Formats: sequence, structure tokens, C-alpha cells
Amino acid sequence: MTNKDWPLWEIFIRSKQGLNHKHVGSLRAADAEMAVENARDVYTRRSEGISIWVIESNNIHASDSSDADMLFEPSNTKVYRHPTFYDVPDGISHM
Amino acid sequence: MKVLNSEELNRKFQEKIDNDIKIEPNDWMPDAYRQTLIRQISQHAHSEVVGMLPEGNWITRAPNLRRKAVLLAKVQDEAGHGLYLYSATETLGADREDTIDDLHSGKAKYSSIFNYPTLSWADMGAIGWLVDGAAIMNQVPLCRCSYGPYARAMVRVCKEESFHQRQGFEIMMKLANGSPEQKDMAQDALNRFWWPALMMFGPSDDDSPNSQQSMKWKIKRFSNDDLRQQFVDATVAQAALIGLTIPDPDLKFDKKSGHYIFGEINWNEFYEVVKGNGPCNKERIDARRKAKENGLWVREAAMAFSAKRAIKKSA
Repeated sequence: MTNKDWPLWEIFIRSKQGLNHKHVGSLRAADAEMAVENARDVYTRRSEGISIWVIESNNIHASDSSDADMLFEPSNTKVYRHPTFYDVPDGISHM
Repeated sequence: MKVLNSEELNRKFQEKIDNDIKIEPNDWMPDAYRQTLIRQISQHAHSEVVGMLPEGNWITRAPNLRRKAVLLAKVQDEAGHGLYLYSATETLGADREDTIDDLHSGKAKYSSIFNYPTLSWADMGAIGWLVDGAAIMNQVPLCRCSYGPYARAMVRVCKEESFHQRQGFEIMMKLANGSPEQKDMAQDALNRFWWPALMMFGPSDDDSPNSQQSMKWKIKRFSNDDLRQQFVDATVAQAALIGLTIPDPDLKFDKKSGHYIFGEINWNEFYEVVKGNGPCNKERIDARRKAKENGLWVREAAMAFSAKRAIKKSA
């Protein structure tokens, strides 16, 4: 058995109360508890976080980068989804 | 979906690079780009890990508790940096185990500076000041490297490393202002580490065949010689400030260019150390190999323990 058998984990850190957990990197660990302990040592040595999520990399399903156009292009033409699309006459406030 | 031929893919890829759009792990990339990155990032990772050895040598003999805590924190950082970088090679499809075995077999290189011995406490100062100083000069432009995971790892590394150089300079400053023996120690460390530190930037541009392609791919942003010059220009004044002498009789300031002109680097020595004939090459690789072999039972035990814990949980 070698290190290969230690699964890869993706690490997410909440930097402070009120903010999202954010992906910071990955590491290898035998199990989730060890992943949390290692993440604490590797990614929070300078008060970078107050909470850690670890997710085994195998469990992450990603969109295919070659599908990016198909997936994300359509929204580029829908400018009416943004408030700046609309004319608001002078004198109107709080809108 | 339209299938692009390799010429179109290559063109689109270079277009992205030219427009400073980062390349991410699942994006198409030329095989040579992938291989270049795997080679460079894994060498960088090895350098971080092997780099712990010369400094680890002094942790138990640090002159006081403050210095010991600082050195320990620095060496711990280097371990983390190795990890970030190995993770970046894994995003390119490299197998971490193979990558590490390549180091142990001598197939993969690491920074030649770590093949020099650390003979006195002053060497901890010289390493932080000069070696980390040179590394930072190399690494800051890498934060803008075209490959996303490498660039992000470098941002983290640079952030953490900024104290490394300062703590080294502080050690040198203290010694240089101490007793005559202490000052001699500092000067001796500078004498031994100055030239190897200049070699850290790699061969001169004329002898660096891969550099141009790396610049085109924006893996590299500045040439070896440019970075080396930047390092010399910054460091000479620092040495003067603490009353130490750069061991280079040819060093002089050139008013016209605004740069320091420095003496010829002993490239023969550089290539010998790279080839494995430096003072500590064998010792360093032996230490790494032993660490892996002696740690095997721990890695196995951790897996066995996690399997046991999983059974208990499901019961």
C-alpha cells in the first residue's frame, strides 16, 4: 500500500463569520477527519479561517469546459436581466 | 459540438494566453505546455521539500526560543509550499507518487542551492536573506503565470514567504552587529552562499533553450539574467547597510545603466551540482528516500485506522 491510496480532498475555508466557505486547495488524507486536521495545519496557519469543509475530490462533479459556450453564452445576450438595461427618468429615486 | 482540429485548438490556446486568460485544468492545452508545467512545478515542489533539510539541521540548535519558533514556522511553511505545488502537478494529471519517485531516482531535479551544507547558525541567516530573497524574486512573477492552479499556489506561497527573507536578514543583521566572531560568521556565510544564490536563477539566457517558449506561454515573465540582475541590485545595498562585503572583487555600480555589474559566475560548478556532484546531493536524496520508506508504516496504519473507524461508524 502506498500514499496513492490516500484519497484526494478539496478544502474549503470560511475566513470569517458571515462569509462563504471558499475553495483554497487540496490535500491527501486517509479519511475526512484526517483531512480536516491536515487542512487546519496547511491552510489556516495564519488565522485564515474559522471553519473548514473537506470534500473528497471524487465527489465533485464539474461542468465540461468544452461546453462552456453552450452553457454560459446564452446569458450574455440577456441584458434585460440587469437593472442597467432600463431607463429611469430623472427625478425618480429609490428604484 | 464542433470538433476543432489541433491547429485551431493551438491557435485558440495561444489566443487565450495572449489575452491573459488563465488556463485551467480541464481546458485543452498542448501536450508540451502540460509537460513543461509538470516538470517545472514538480521541480519547484521538490525544492521546497528538499529545502527543509539544510534548515531542519539547525532547529534543535537555534540560539534561543524565539529563533527556534521562527525557524520551525519557516520550515513548516516550506512543507506546505511543497504540498500546494504537488497538488498543482496533480491537476495536470501527474501522479504524485511517480513525481516523488522521480526525485528519488535522480530523474527530477531540484534547486541546486540545497546541495550546499549549512555549517553555522549564520547560514540560517544567509539562507533566509539570500536564498529566500532569490526565490521570492523568481516567484513573484509566477503569481501571474498562465496556468491557474500554479499561479494561485504561488500567490499563497509569496504571501507566506515574505517573512522568510526578513527573519534571515534579521539574523544576519544581529550577527553583523555582534562580536567580531559573530560578524566573521555572518561574513563567512555570505561568502559561501552568495554565488550559489546567483546560480539559483538558472543558466544565462544564451544557454537557456526552453526560456523563450516558456515566455511565449507566459509561464515565465522575465528572463533568468533579468531576475538575477534585479536580485543583485537589491541585495548589494542591503549588505552594505549591515557592514558585510559581497564576495565579488569585480562588483561595481554602472552609472550609465543604473545596475551593478558583477563577476563571472562559475557555471562549471553549477552544472556539476545539477548533475549530482555537489557537496550534499547524495545526503539530501538519501534523507528523502529514507523519509518515504520509514513513513510507509504510518501511511498504512492511517488507512487501516480509517477503515476501522468507518466500520465502527456504520455499525
